[in-house]
Amino acid sequence: MTHPISGLFKNLATALFILLCVTSFAQEISTDAGVIKEGETLFNANCKACHRIDQKLIGPALAGVYDRAPSLDWIKNFVRNSSKVIASGDEYANKIFAENGKMMMTSFTSFSDDQIMAIMAYVENETNKPAEVVATTTAAGGGEGGAGAGVPTSYLNAILIGMIVILLLLLVILGLIINGLKRYLDQKDLTEEDREVVHSPITLSTIVQSRGFIFIVVFIVASVSFKTVIDGLYSIGVQQGYAPKQPIAFSHKVHAGQYEIDCKYCHTGAIKGRSANIPSPNICMNCHTQIRSGTNTGESEIAKIVAAVETNRPIEWVRVHNLPDLAYFNHSQHVNVGGIECQTCHGPIEEMDVVKQYSLLTMGWCIDCHRKTDVNAKGNAYYDNLRELHNNKAMKVEDIGGLECAKCHY
Amino acid sequence: MNIKKKTYWKGIQQLRNDPAFVKHADKEFVDLGIEDDPRHTRRDFLKMMGFSVAAASLAACEAPIRKAIPFVNKPLDADPSIPNYYASTYINGGDYCSVVVKTIEGRPIKIDGNTLSKVSMGGTSAQVEASVMSLYDNYRMRGPKKAKDSATWEDVDNEIISKLQGVAAAGGQIRIVSNTILSPSTKAAIDHFKNKYPTTSHVQYDQVSYYGMLKGNEASFGKAFIPSYDFSKAKLIVSIDADFLGTWLSPIEFSKQYSETRKISEKQREMSRHYQFEANLTLTGANADYRTMIRPSQEGLVVAQLYNLIAGKAGNATISAGMDKVSNLNKAADELWANRGNSLVVCGSNDKDVQVLVNGINTMLSNYGSTILADRAVNYRQGNDEQMAAFVADAEAGKIGAVIFYNCNPVYDYPMGAKLEAALKNISLSVSTSSTEDETSSVSAYKTPDHHYLESWNDFEPKTNTFSLSQPTITPIFKTRQAQESLLMWAGEKVEYFSFVKNNWKNWHYNQSALGLGFQAFWDQCLYNGVFEGAQQSAGTLSFAGDVNAAASSIGANYKANNSGYEIVLYENCGVGNGSQANNPLLQELPDPITKAVWDHYATISQKDAAALGVNNDAEGRTQFLNIAIGSKSIKIPALVQPGQAPGTIGIAIGYGRTKVGKVAENLGQNVYPLVTMVNGSLNYSITADVTPTLVDEPFQIAQTQVHQTYMGRSNVIQESVLSEFKQNPEAGREFPKITKWEEKVDPATVTMWKGHDYNDHHWGMSIDLNSCTGCGACIVACNVENNVAIVGKQEVINRREMHWLRIDRYYSSDATDISDYEALEHAAENPEVVFQPMLCQHCNNAPCETVCPVAATTHSTEGLNQMTYNRCIGTRYCANNCPYKVRRFNWFKYHDNQKFYEVNPSMNTDLGRMVLNPEVTVRSRGVMEKCSFCVQRIQAGKLTAKREKRKVKDGEIVTACQAACTSGAIVFGDMNDAESQISKLLQITRNEKRPNSPDKNIGNPRAYRALEEIGVKPNIYYLTKIKNKDLTNA
Repeated sequence: MTHPISGLFKNLATALFILLCVTSFAQEISTDAGVIKEGETLFNANCKACHRIDQKLIGPALAGVYDRAPSLDWIKNFVRNSSKVIASGDEYANKIFAENGKMMMTSFTSFSDDQIMAIMAYVENETNKPAEVVATTTAAGGGEGGAGAGVPTSYLNAILIGMIVILLLLLVILGLIINGLKRYLDQKDLTEEDREVVHSPITLSTIVQSRGFIFIVVFIVASVSFKTVIDGLYSIGVQQGYAPKQPIAFSHKVHAGQYEIDCKYCHTGAIKGRSANIPSPNICMNCHTQIRSGTNTGESEIAKIVAAVETNRPIEWVRVHNLPDLAYFNHSQHVNVGGIECQTCHGPIEEMDVVKQYSLLTMGWCIDCHRKTDVNAKGNAYYDNLRELHNNKAMKVEDIGGLECAKCHY
Repeated sequence: MNIKKKTYWKGIQQLRNDPAFVKHADKEFVDLGIEDDPRHTRRDFLKMMGFSVAAASLAACEAPIRKAIPFVNKPLDADPSIPNYYASTYINGGDYCSVVVKTIEGRPIKIDGNTLSKVSMGGTSAQVEASVMSLYDNYRMRGPKKAKDSATWEDVDNEIISKLQGVAAAGGQIRIVSNTILSPSTKAAIDHFKNKYPTTSHVQYDQVSYYGMLKGNEASFGKAFIPSYDFSKAKLIVSIDADFLGTWLSPIEFSKQYSETRKISEKQREMSRHYQFEANLTLTGANADYRTMIRPSQEGLVVAQLYNLIAGKAGNATISAGMDKVSNLNKAADELWANRGNSLVVCGSNDKDVQVLVNGINTMLSNYGSTILADRAVNYRQGNDEQMAAFVADAEAGKIGAVIFYNCNPVYDYPMGAKLEAALKNISLSVSTSSTEDETSSVSAYKTPDHHYLESWNDFEPKTNTFSLSQPTITPIFKTRQAQESLLMWAGEKVEYFSFVKNNWKNWHYNQSALGLGFQAFWDQCLYNGVFEGAQQSAGTLSFAGDVNAAASSIGANYKANNSGYEIVLYENCGVGNGSQANNPLLQELPDPITKAVWDHYATISQKDAAALGVNNDAEGRTQFLNIAIGSKSIKIPALVQPGQAPGTIGIAIGYGRTKVGKVAENLGQNVYPLVTMVNGSLNYSITADVTPTLVDEPFQIAQTQVHQTYMGRSNVIQESVLSEFKQNPEAGREFPKITKWEEKVDPATVTMWKGHDYNDHHWGMSIDLNSCTGCGACIVACNVENNVAIVGKQEVINRREMHWLRIDRYYSSDATDISDYEALEHAAENPEVVFQPMLCQHCNNAPCETVCPVAATTHSTEGLNQMTYNRCIGTRYCANNCPYKVRRFNWFKYHDNQKFYEVNPSMNTDLGRMVLNPEVTVRSRGVMEKCSFCVQRIQAGKLTAKREKRKVKDGEIVTACQAACTSGAIVFGDMNDAESQISKLLQITRNEKRPNSPDKNIGNPRAYRALEEIGVKPNIYYLTKIKNKDLTNA
């Protein structure tokens, strides 16, 4: 009975070993390509607005920072809460604070050690590169930044290895016990039938026909299909990535990206109402009375707007973001009051030629953000009571009733 | 004091303890047995399940394509999802209300009162609230018609003009027939028409005539007018058959004024006293402090008796008529005299001689100038019965060449409608401007439908020198045209009515030197406000010159003190009214304030007469028909046993029995307008001779919301006292239930398992003053419209499945002290006292519904709301079963997009009807529970506005729909955490220093109580005790 089970564990163990190989244990700055890649993503999303590797921007150039700074731990503390380090009277911290025009660095409290070390790995990699022109891409706006894992991976690894070792030991012990038992039974007087049982050969067919094996196979098949069905059901109505063809090949990449037109210039409702508004052609015509030839499509698409205005026939856009009727969402609450960037939900819209649904738009996704996001309460007298109640500290949306049913469902 | 031992019951079924009633009394949902054999087996269930999985996976394959279509050229102030508000005016015949219309994306979806109006003062009524639905009536005409065929405006105009010219050339008579017209510009348009066709005369009539009152005033003061009344100044009100809170003359205005005199507090310890003498138990009678049942045949004699009593005190000569032994009349006369100058006597009679005596009484009491303002004549009723009768006679005689029915329906609602219908065949040109193909329109040759009032420009003069405007709030939905524009067109003037009105205002009201602004600015201001007050002119002193002796002899001849036969009283109810809005399902499903019946036409009879006739009206509303012979006519109508109905009288509502109105109300009940007769030169709405009812043993079931959801004797729901007790102790009438603990009895609020939710920011609460609530039901309709509440139709109401989130419980009372002595209770029930209690979700701090929901679909918010999440609800109905107030409503059906409810619930079943839905509120589907949400959408919107403007929420900024609709101001809603809010001040909330955000507020108002306090659910709705202004000896 034990053989097939231990066999399974063996396979699992091998898979885990492979996994472990790609996971970093490092407390030193890693040179692993994966880690550097992760660091690059984090750097671009969070640091790049103020820092470059080899030139001073708003903050200092970061080349060789791991050597300059007192210690790696100092860097970690400074990144998480620079004002605290400065306030503690740390000499080096105060020095660079003064050097950089007393500009306080944004705190990244949610960064884990590994994430900061990954950024360092990226910085080191870039520092050591022979000086070459780093192609800069346009800065990405939003993005969550890497959300920290619940349990540090190092612990997880240790636990897994420990378990595998224990299982292997168990396997060995069981083997020894079986051997011992066989020998003991051989010393006894056994009938022919019993002897056959004791010395039954372990072949493929005995394993396949064993009850344990069948049970495990059935269990795995059932679990996988159950999971597939549940996942399938959960994805009903979720249209992430939905990018329908629109009647006019309007490009946000050109308008919001290349020409940096403010979103709210066209989507006027976003700051005052529930609906952000699909702009009416008369707004398009503010510019397109002059501009009659587009970047991507020449004159054909712009001609459609002109035709709509001239024939007084509205343009029938295809809705990309569809919330169910039972959910109430108000743009002005989020954009105007909350000060949320459009990209937080709509993704890098300024890079999209065709708009697609970037976010899940499920209730879980809404709730998740309400749990993580601080209320933009400063300077808004509406929140005075609540701020006082929270001792003027940051409060999450969740803390002021942002998860209650009737905030969105009525 | 025995007043505390008064027993309330919710209908005579409960009082009599009918077995049928008792059987269902404790059940929220009645098991009516299996309606039809479902024949579903377990196998079917599996099949269905397999199908749904397949359907779901198919549906998941492809997302439905939804379009987003912006304006081509977006108007500056029209933003999707942001409502706009326009001041306008509701008008239905002579009924008037200045309103504010909420539109969203160009659709009117809600009507509120306009607080800037000095006439309606921000009040509304059920009919006004419901009128938004009639805009989207599927039975409105789509365009002009010639006979039965659609036509173009051009063709219709050409034909009408040529026929009019033909009639005029031959010297034929032309008539424009209408109900009362309040609009000066419309009258000007009619004058233009008259100038073009000089043989034209304009005949006005009213469905319920006030011609006798006009004539009475003419006889008294030499001028046919109706004065303004100011109930707010009246310390003593005597009403003889005038239902001034429900239907008489200007109920919105009067409710507002009346309620001011009924609001009392520790500071304001005086209130008005109100005597009512009537046959039917009306809304006004239900609110009276003293109510006496009289027969209509006694009405004139009661007035004459009152005249004599007052004349005796004033030292004037008495008159010959009168009757003794009218209970409370002597007392009323004494108090009238004591309060002279601050009293008011009104009478609903349409007999000019009776009105002369009423004027005489008010003159002797010096009420002119204080409670009766003759300077401010009202124009609500201008109908002339004699002219109208002459018109019908002329039409029959073939003397009329052409007739134009301006937005009126005399074939249905004029007593001689049948004769008119026959005569119309011989009139060469008949035109109707009604917006639906009603009884008159369908027999007219040309149908030139007018806009709905929400699509129209118009002006009004409800009172002398008080003006208001109406403006379109939506582009005309159909190819209709304003009737005034049609009249001008036929008079040869092609002019837009808008410019016509505007031009008139420039000539009539604009006075640059006085106003100091340009005309456009003046016009814009008037349009923005909706109202304009002209300079008030004094009408000079009035001197009473009525011939009271002539009136007395006429009364002596027409009235009898001891009529022994049955009498019929025709009345208007608060919902369907005169029948012009009968096709509005909101009004059909509005429970009558007194009988609580919906969708039905019935005759109300007293219990005594029911016993005599053998009528058995049980707890399920099952009853029998009566066949009522009136002279040569007869009608068959179900009987409803009504406490408070004067024995020997039968009440029947007008407004039913329409034959061409649309499926909602078609052939519902009987048309009783033909029973109205001319007496003493004006229409008389009671029949006092030759009335013989006989029982027809044929069952009928009246749909009533009355006996639903009883409190089974838990009398501390209504807490009441009388004024003298209140003056001594403001806590009079309050009950303070105690919970028995180990060795002690304690306040139930102190015994709780819960720590209570802290309400850190807002704490929404409501106060309902039982003393100023008149029970009119405007709040119910407002709630329906605001919250997309489904209308379910008669059968579903019988099944106890009505969906109203807000109901008004009507409790009758009796003086009997022994609850087990049913006979004594029944005896007292002949003329019961009535208390109204609006009942809605109480938003309990310890809500019992929340704890039993297995899926947490109903939860508590941090602002004190009990939230209902439809998309989470799985329909176990545990919450409704556990709700002590029985205010939760279950969706037994999908009421939207369902053929079964196509006719009764058009707002969820037709594309046209759906335009009235409030986009801020989900339309609920089958299988979920729903209930009052405290208008959470309004709360959220108000908070968001404050947040956007970076400020606190202002008190009064967030109002619930019921509060906004409540003319009498009985409902106050607000933030109890805000010390400056109206509700905090009203309830005298003091800060809890230990726990400032505690859900338990320190309530200082001695009148404030929570319903069912002893169960400790701690509602956030407080009721203020009912205080009747009557003497203790009579209690």
